[in-house]
Amino acid sequence: MTEDVIQAEGLTRRFGDFTAVDAISLSVARGEIFGFLGANGAGKTTAMRMFCGLLKPSAGKARVAGYDVWTETEAIKRSIGYMSQRFSLYDDLSVVENIRFYAGIYGLGRAEVRERGDRMLEELGLTAERKALVRSLPPGWKQRLAFSVAILHEPGIVFLDEPTGGVDPITRREFWKMIYRAADRGITVFVTTHYMDEAEYCDRVSIMVDGRIEALDTPAGLKREHDTDSINEVFLRLARQARRTE
Amino acid sequence: MKQFLQFVKKEFIHILRDPRTLIILVGMPMVQILIFGFALTNEVKNARFVYVDHSGDPMSHRLIQRLEASRYFESAGAVTGPEGIDRAFRRGVCRIALVVPADFEAATRRPDGATVQLIADASDPNTANTLVNYAEAVVADFSRELAGPAQPPFSIRSETRMRYNPQLKGAYNFVPGVMAMVLLLVCTMMTALTVVREKEMGTMEVMLVSPMRPLRIILAKAVPYLLVSFFNITTILLLSVFVLDVPIRGHVGLLFAESALFTGVALSLGLLISTATASQQTAMFISLIGMFLPTIMLSGFMFPIENMPLPLRVLSNVVPARWFFVIVRSVMIKGTGIAAVWKETLVLAGMFVFFTTLAVRKFKLRLE
Repeated sequence: MTEDVIQAEGLTRRFGDFTAVDAISLSVARGEIFGFLGANGAGKTTAMRMFCGLLKPSAGKARVAGYDVWTETEAIKRSIGYMSQRFSLYDDLSVVENIRFYAGIYGLGRAEVRERGDRMLEELGLTAERKALVRSLPPGWKQRLAFSVAILHEPGIVFLDEPTGGVDPITRREFWKMIYRAADRGITVFVTTHYMDEAEYCDRVSIMVDGRIEALDTPAGLKREHDTDSINEVFLRLARQARRTE
Repeated sequence: MKQFLQFVKKEFIHILRDPRTLIILVGMPMVQILIFGFALTNEVKNARFVYVDHSGDPMSHRLIQRLEASRYFESAGAVTGPEGIDRAFRRGVCRIALVVPADFEAATRRPDGATVQLIADASDPNTANTLVNYAEAVVADFSRELAGPAQPPFSIRSETRMRYNPQLKGAYNFVPGVMAMVLLLVCTMMTALTVVREKEMGTMEVMLVSPMRPLRIILAKAVPYLLVSFFNITTILLLSVFVLDVPIRGHVGLLFAESALFTGVALSLGLLISTATASQQTAMFISLIGMFLPTIMLSGFMFPIENMPLPLRVLSNVVPARWFFVIVRSVMIKGTGIAAVWKETLVLAGMFVFFTTLAVRKFKLRLE
């Protein structure tokens, strides 16, 4: 039986008169890859910030990794990983310094850091570059390194905010292989993206329009429902109803 | 705590790995103190003087020759009356003038002795002060020589007039001034820049999602700059004492404690700027315009506050450097203790509490 690691019910966030996130409800199971789609300004980022414990909701309920987003944000922060579209690594630190730093702020012990770090570098094929500054790595490597660092502390859930922005299709494919491997290890992946081909890789996707979730199903289910053979088409049909612009 | 140390270590790597930052942080204070120090050097050589000789007797000639013969002074000729001196000052011909009264020789033999006048252009108070000291020494020397073993009644005294800036405000100003400027640069600007850089790079977001508490992040950012500041204060003081011969008359510990307080104010201002800005350029701009200009113009470092028009005098009260400046000058140059500067210290402490509270509030608000 699968257990839900993210549950939201009527989760709402208002900024003044503006309702950025309008009573969304969803649940994500352990080990699932959940695609969180929506046009710019649809409210994705706001929703994600609430799940990460960065922003208090205005109304509604949500639990992430079993903790309440209203009251247990510190516990949530310890149980999740996060990677944003902009690299989350420090350019002027070496590969291994970045690993040590992030492991350090998540409270990993010295032995643990060394062991996991070495294993990670080996998997990434970066052992030879461990002393190199991150600045000198090609973008694809940086990105895979950033993802590995984000899950180094073995979080239950990892939030990826448009992780593949601005990289080429081959690198993106490589990156998704890493996401699958993480999911196989039981890490839930909550990912926002603009690339509809990536939506096809997800177990389930939701599409947000004007702060509301207008569709939530498996990619196949969505295509069937809208009688089309591409997620892109589904997305465009729903997004066109949007009244809100950026 | 380990988390915190890891963060501090990372900040140090940022500083050490960027040569430009390192040069600004550590090199600039030294360069500044040396430039200011040597621009306002105490060494006097061949300074030109004019004289007004109302007496014209052999004794007055000897005195003038004596002054000219010393390696410090060089005659720029005789002038007539106060207008002549004024003209020479204004044209920049010389910075000091000697006035010998009528009947000089006769006066030297009277019991109360003779008095010559030394008039200095004190628009540059440091130089004026030095010149007058040297000239007085020459006159005193001359007087002692004339008197021989028979001490007074034979004497020449000198009387000095400082033109343009009679109270000599501004003497020894540069060391306290440079200290205030350097601490502001290191703490305010650099702190603001490093926080904003993390915002720009997106790493701040990751920090905030991490279990690291926001306040700790801020604190960890401040620690390296606090340490760098202490290093800078030490360098400045060492250079002042050993290279520039500016004394530390007061308690060194008190000087450091006050510097730490001022550093705290500067740090809190940097954090405040960083919470209000989104780009490094803006942060830099605000730091420069909002912090540096007032520090240079309104702290009393360059221009005496007493001479400012009332609105600027009032405005100068909100410039933290103004208070720090008074403290450093008192402790360092005048050798006073906490009793003399408790008021200024209290003002700085108040500013520290105020800015820190504001910065933390704004920082938390931004998170909400």
